[in-house]
Amino acid sequence: MRRYAAAAAALALLAHLAGCRQEPAVELTVAAAASLREPLTTIAQRYEDEQPRGVPFRVRLTFAGSAELAAQLRAGAPFDVVATADEATMRALRDEGLVQRPVTFASNRMAIAVPQGNPAGVTSLEDLAAPDLRLVVCAVEVPCGASAEAVADGAGLALTPASREQSVTDVLGKVASGEAEAGLVYASDVRTADDVEGIEIPDHLNVTNSYPAAIAVGGDRETAHGFPEYLTSEAAQTALRDAGFAAP
Amino acid sequence: MRPHPGRPGWLLLPAAVGLAFLTLPLLAIVLRVDWASFGSLVTSPSALTALALSLRTATASTCACLLLGVPLAVVLARSRGRAARLVRALVLLPLALPPVVGGLALLYTFGSRGLLGGVLALAGVEVAFTTVAVVLAQTFVALPFLVLSLEGALRSHGERYEVVAASLGAPPRTVLRRVTLPLVLPGLVSGSVLAFARALGEFGATITFAGSLEGTTATLPILIYLERVSDPDAAVALSLLLVLVAVAVIGFARPRGSTP
Repeated sequence: MRRYAAAAAALALLAHLAGCRQEPAVELTVAAAASLREPLTTIAQRYEDEQPRGVPFRVRLTFAGSAELAAQLRAGAPFDVVATADEATMRALRDEGLVQRPVTFASNRMAIAVPQGNPAGVTSLEDLAAPDLRLVVCAVEVPCGASAEAVADGAGLALTPASREQSVTDVLGKVASGEAEAGLVYASDVRTADDVEGIEIPDHLNVTNSYPAAIAVGGDRETAHGFPEYLTSEAAQTALRDAGFAAP
Repeated sequence: MRPHPGRPGWLLLPAAVGLAFLTLPLLAIVLRVDWASFGSLVTSPSALTALALSLRTATASTCACLLLGVPLAVVLARSRGRAARLVRALVLLPLALPPVVGGLALLYTFGSRGLLGGVLALAGVEVAFTTVAVVLAQTFVALPFLVLSLEGALRSHGERYEVVAASLGAPPRTVLRRVTLPLVLPGLVSGSVLAFARALGEFGATITFAGSLEGTTATLPILIYLERVSDPDAAVALSLLLVLVAVAVIGFARPRGSTP
């Protein structure tokens, strides 16, 4: 009996500590494509710092594949701002009346990622078509997957991936851990990840995708006001450039 | 309902609430199904591929669970002491572990850069992104169910018959084969069915460890997860399919006859 009481007390303490955080007065929930994790974390911090003192303000970030974010928004997720990795996803959301006035704030291109040491000796885009290569790409429903397919089609290559992931960070994770021998990710991912090496895709074969951000109609529009525009400001653009993104 | 000496009347209310909590979500799925397209959705090529893969891997995993779990359960049930208690706790650990943690752990064990990665590579065995990885993930999460079920049955039957058989001159392997296992057959069957059901529904460990590719590693739960984003009707139809499979499985899982 005493053993159970001790266990229950420990669990209760853990739960209390986990929830013991002062709730801020104003919260802005931003849902962004997985590839934006690094720059948006910096930008969110700068945005918080620029808010007038006195009223505690916090930006809550959530990252996932753009298709997943769209599905969550459709299901009623309480996002205030949505930023996707392609215009097609954003356009669909706008047509459904879920977002308004998208602002394009960055662009990205594809690159090949290989684990440290490049075990499979990949040197070019053509090497990715090798049948025994453990290649990982995004699923076609996700922007990075659509771009990967566009790149492959443009180069006339038939890829045989070992897995199709739901977000570019999943692809990056599998390459970084060495499970995959190569992956098609964004140029920004290769720039910021420590344990992968990047191989460039020549410009004429590469595909650019644009990142729009918009205010969610069902969210806190007053709090969200100005954030999409902030992403085009000098402070935000610097952070995006440092993370490997290009101008919109 | 006839009054029962051990069942106070007011207990029925929270029991009813508990039952409603479990059955209402299933009802929601049934109501959400688009019956007009149900047939075509569950017989689409990708659905059939995923279902076939799920059934194949779950069967293989159940066999693996039997091969590994029966010895483990027998050893645990017929051992005493602190070591046995420790082993039992370790065996039951995957039950309390989130499946995705299990998947990660398997990745760092059998992955190409994992603990056994080098050994497997030397043997020419590639586990990453293969169906074998799916079977490993499912076995990892389902094995505790079988061991728990079987060990419980073994303990409840006691050792009387085994002692008698041994006193009549039977060596342990004969005792196991002709006395112990036939006695706990209902427990073994229900344990296997539970393990099969758990393996069939496995998702977190599979998607973390094995990846997701149609025909090779994209099992039915993974397909549902992927489809819900782009084609919710298909996801609901496939979910109902799994619910029906689960109903069939539960129907078989309950041991027939009474326990002594």
